[in-house]
Amino acid sequence: MNAESKKRIFSNRKFFALAIIIAIFIIITASISLGLLNPYWNQIIQFACIITISALGLNLIYGYTGQFSLGHAAFYGIGAYCSALITKTFHGLGALSFIIGLVTAIILVAVIAFLIGLPILRLKSDYLGIATLGFGIIVKVLFDNADAVIPALGGSRGMLGIPKFTIFPLTYLIFVISIIVIRNFVFSDIGRSCISIREDDIAADCVGVNTTKYKTIGFVFGSIFAGIAGVLYAHLYSFLHPSNFDFLKSIDVLLIVVLGGLGSISGTIIAAIVWTFLLEGLRVVLPPQILDWRLVIYPLVLIIIMLIKPMGIGSGMEFGFIKPEERKSSKQNVKQL
Amino acid sequence: MSYFLQQLINGLQLGFVYALIALGYTMVYGIVRLINFAHGDVFMVGAYLGFYALALYHLPFPLAILFAMAGCAILGISIEKLAYRPLRNAPRISALITAIGVSLFLEYFSSLKFVFGPNYLAYPRPFEVCTYQIGSVCISNIQILVFGVSIVLLVFLQFIVQKTKTGMAMRAVSYDKDTAKLMGINVDYIISVTFGIGSALAGAGGVLYGIAYPQIHPFMGIMPGLKAFVAAVLGGIGSIPGAMIGALIMGVVETLCSAYISSTMRDAFAFSILIIVLLVKPAGILGKKEIEKV
Repeated sequence: MNAESKKRIFSNRKFFALAIIIAIFIIITASISLGLLNPYWNQIIQFACIITISALGLNLIYGYTGQFSLGHAAFYGIGAYCSALITKTFHGLGALSFIIGLVTAIILVAVIAFLIGLPILRLKSDYLGIATLGFGIIVKVLFDNADAVIPALGGSRGMLGIPKFTIFPLTYLIFVISIIVIRNFVFSDIGRSCISIREDDIAADCVGVNTTKYKTIGFVFGSIFAGIAGVLYAHLYSFLHPSNFDFLKSIDVLLIVVLGGLGSISGTIIAAIVWTFLLEGLRVVLPPQILDWRLVIYPLVLIIIMLIKPMGIGSGMEFGFIKPEERKSSKQNVKQL
Repeated sequence: MSYFLQQLINGLQLGFVYALIALGYTMVYGIVRLINFAHGDVFMVGAYLGFYALALYHLPFPLAILFAMAGCAILGISIEKLAYRPLRNAPRISALITAIGVSLFLEYFSSLKFVFGPNYLAYPRPFEVCTYQIGSVCISNIQILVFGVSIVLLVFLQFIVQKTKTGMAMRAVSYDKDTAKLMGINVDYIISVTFGIGSALAGAGGVLYGIAYPQIHPFMGIMPGLKAFVAAVLGGIGSIPGAMIGALIMGVVETLCSAYISSTMRDAFAFSILIIVLLVKPAGILGKKEIEKV
């Protein structure tokens, strides 16, 4: 391949990506309106997008910044409950209430993530995992008891009657925007500082990276995506229950991130979609007698993958259009050296 | 006052069960630096083994508890051999995620119909429950049994770790694995023994838990497992007396919280303690502070 053709591919890459994004949108929207996809599968597709957004957030925290978090479902839940409460209260405003809900949820999640992250992120690896796990359990217990303070939240009986705002075009739009924002974040200066912390935080500290600041930025930013995913989730199913945001839900997202590959946006997207469809697909395919095996198979897959590839399947790999465009001149310099 | 003392005894009962689980965590963490998430599920398997021994085979209680302990020891050693040993030199997080995988596998596998089944089961009691009045508080023979068995096992464990050659090797491996190897200690064997002893204690804990709180199901291990881990961290992970103290504190705090504040909030309290301890004294009550090296 000569230099000329290489240049053309690079400049066309964004258009290519845009074309794929629009093509997928048209195909799915058309199938929904033609009735090829029933409402059940429509919901599953949206759920796959939602879980991807959440997993991308965790990948930012764990895969890129190296901070082991087991409390991701807590932020997912905070986003969901906050937005649900607002849209239920202001349901007269229609779509505007959703926007208010989304913005408030993002702000609330960011503030809580900041307040929690600032002290907790001083801890290292396992201990950080355990502390965030503790935070996740505390938040779940608070959801269980929330009806004592705000009856509309429903507590352990669950929250009913949340207006349905999540439709496919909206989920897809937020899904695409999330990928673009995270991609740009990862390849920015902040993202590179975060990656340096993942590689070795003491060394990063020694070369002048403000590790506390970037750890907190990574954590808050990643948690916001969990919150956004929660908002979409609340308005997709119109019912929330504290058990939807327990410890196991944090693990689900962690599995996606780890299987897809730490520090890989493409891997996370593929893993989240494959995982969702595998779980749902097995439900359809497997005969009812061995349906329970579904949940036995997936921890086994996880263990086997960990034994074979401890960093996940797609670690460090990216689709072409997600990678930053390399400048040709700098690449030539490297070659000369 | 008598209500308080009564709750204190109930708390100690829970605390001793936590202590049996926490010792497994603390021993394993002290040696391989791994949070064995599957430990809570080994506890669950122990409870079920005890259930089968008591309800189906009608074994006497001492044999039932030994049966559960032996079964769990085999399970623990197999988990270590199959899942953790290949990852000995991998990043620590991979081992941790494998542990989560093993935990989920045990839970869902146990809830399959032909294994233990997904339902709640009522635990058989090997003898009639009777309570004794001591001063203003009541103590049941089940509580005496829990205290007695736990204390015997703890003394036995302390004897193994402090007086026997294997115990000395365990201490050496936890102090410095590479040097221990140079001194001719079979590190893999010692790690297996550690998993075996830790899991056997968890199995005994499972049987006692089943008798004291007579209801079991395949997911019963999650919360006691996590709380026992909190107890181990609270006491200083790697320290056996620390795990004891931490577990008793956890049991008492949890019971008092249920009694005086709200029983639905007790998990939140347990984990708040964890976060506060980690922030204030990350090495725990009896732990040694480690210096971070580059």
